[in-house]
Amino acid sequence: MTDKQILEWKNRFAVIGAWLVAILFFFPIFWMVLTSFKTELQAIAIPPLLVFEPTLDNYTLIQERTDYTQYAWSSVVTSLGGTALAMLIAIPSAYAMAFSPTRRTKDILLWMLSTKMLPAVGVLLPIYLLSQKLGLLDTKIVLVVIYALINLPIIMMILFNYFREIPKEILEASRMDGTSTWNEITQIVMPLAWGGIASTALLSVVLCWNEAFWAINLTSSEAGTLAALVASFSSPEGLFWSKLSAVATLACAPIVVFGWLCQKQLVQGLTFGAVK
Amino acid sequence: MNRTLVRLLQAPSIIVLLMWMIVPLSMTIYFSLIRYNLLYPERTGFVGLSNYEFFVTDAAFPPAVWNTLILVGSVLCISVVLGLAIAILIDRPFLGRGIVRVMLISPFFIMPTVNALVWKNMMMNPIYGLFAVVAHTIGAEPIDWLTVYPLLSVIIIVSWQWTPFAILIFMTSLQSQDQEQKEAATLDGAGFWAQFWNLTLPHLARPIAIVLMIQMIFHLSIFAEIFVTTSGGPGTASTNIAYLIYAQALLQFDVGVASAGGVFAVILANIVAIFLIRAVGKNLMV
Repeated sequence: MTDKQILEWKNRFAVIGAWLVAILFFFPIFWMVLTSFKTELQAIAIPPLLVFEPTLDNYTLIQERTDYTQYAWSSVVTSLGGTALAMLIAIPSAYAMAFSPTRRTKDILLWMLSTKMLPAVGVLLPIYLLSQKLGLLDTKIVLVVIYALINLPIIMMILFNYFREIPKEILEASRMDGTSTWNEITQIVMPLAWGGIASTALLSVVLCWNEAFWAINLTSSEAGTLAALVASFSSPEGLFWSKLSAVATLACAPIVVFGWLCQKQLVQGLTFGAVK
Repeated sequence: MNRTLVRLLQAPSIIVLLMWMIVPLSMTIYFSLIRYNLLYPERTGFVGLSNYEFFVTDAAFPPAVWNTLILVGSVLCISVVLGLAIAILIDRPFLGRGIVRVMLISPFFIMPTVNALVWKNMMMNPIYGLFAVVAHTIGAEPIDWLTVYPLLSVIIIVSWQWTPFAILIFMTSLQSQDQEQKEAATLDGAGFWAQFWNLTLPHLARPIAIVLMIQMIFHLSIFAEIFVTTSGGPGTASTNIAYLIYAQALLQFDVGVASAGGVFAVILANIVAIFLIRAVGKNLMV
């Protein structure tokens, strides 16, 4: 075999390997969606069924028992609201830190990140008592505020790195022309860093959507999100796999599709704009 | 921009995070110093450090610290090594690459609770789970994964979710690698490994640092995956610090001891922050 042929064979093996790995990784999701269209008996059949007559019973049953749209709406409102609030606080701060850094800037950012490592269980009780006192239990407001706070450190960090890539000369030129700070942020920094801001927001939305701990502990029927809905199905329905799969599919589908559509922006955000 | 304006713009983020840290933390510290058990509301009073003593001398404490470190360490290793290998594997044009990419990153978007439930029931169930079926097919005895290898099971479940995150980042970073440089290296007779160590790995230093840092933040407080699958058991075999605090607070109703655990977790988080995050973070932000 010539070198070229060897290279071709290597490539073929790599492609087969890539497909195998991809199938392996995706399989649990595929299996979950498949199970959601089975009856409970089909779901635990041995050997497992690949071909069967699909049923929509599980989905209609869930809609009968709970109001899917209400939970989905809570998820949408809290994810977008939390993200918007965090961005509102983060953009001016990150702008100031990136363009007028002091010796303390890095330490402040690292301190912000360290607040993210505090386990939520450790502060659950104080937060629960506080929201009770303020009458915020089981409202979307409390989740919006908490989601903004827990995502703020990561958002700050990513935005800071994005803004630093904007050439200082552009800002200096505009300052010579007498642009105000407000105009500088809205008309120069934000358009230039738009890709970064969008991808940071996307990441934050994904993290909010999947957040379960605070949603389970602070909300119930009024402001419960899809993550809380799944949790409420998990214990009594533990042995009813097809119903569980249906509710899980309903809860994950919007964000997975959203992720697929936005994967390019998402990656840009995560690599701090290092990858163009 | 003058100093005042800079301070003014920075203030909101610093103030809200400071409040987010200080208010609950001072309440937690206060609770940790008093007798506070929801089952015995009549027992009150200042107890000094005895809640801490109770938490730290609890038989479940050393395994919980150990499990936390093992969990974070193994998931980091698995996701970075596997993520690198897979990202390099798909870093070539081939039929259906877009689909392969979407399939590979999907697990990252799945809710941790759903992830844990799917693995617990449909994969690892010793009777109906797919692992058991595969074991039967090849004539082996099915393993009750969550009972026999609880910590390993949790590691597998968490890695399945976070390896795609690593793939997602490495894959995009690889696209910006200088192809001409690689071709020149190939012409000079540099093999795969030589190119990997000298070109690819240095190119990926920053993305690797990002993956390590973000994952560490999330893994130190892993809770949902353990809560749903093993409940920390059997015994304390898969209890980490976050779960131990939960067990004290919500299962034993002892707010005092749980708060002491919370304070301990905060201290642990900051030790990690000082050593690891600093090393990685400085590298990131130069």
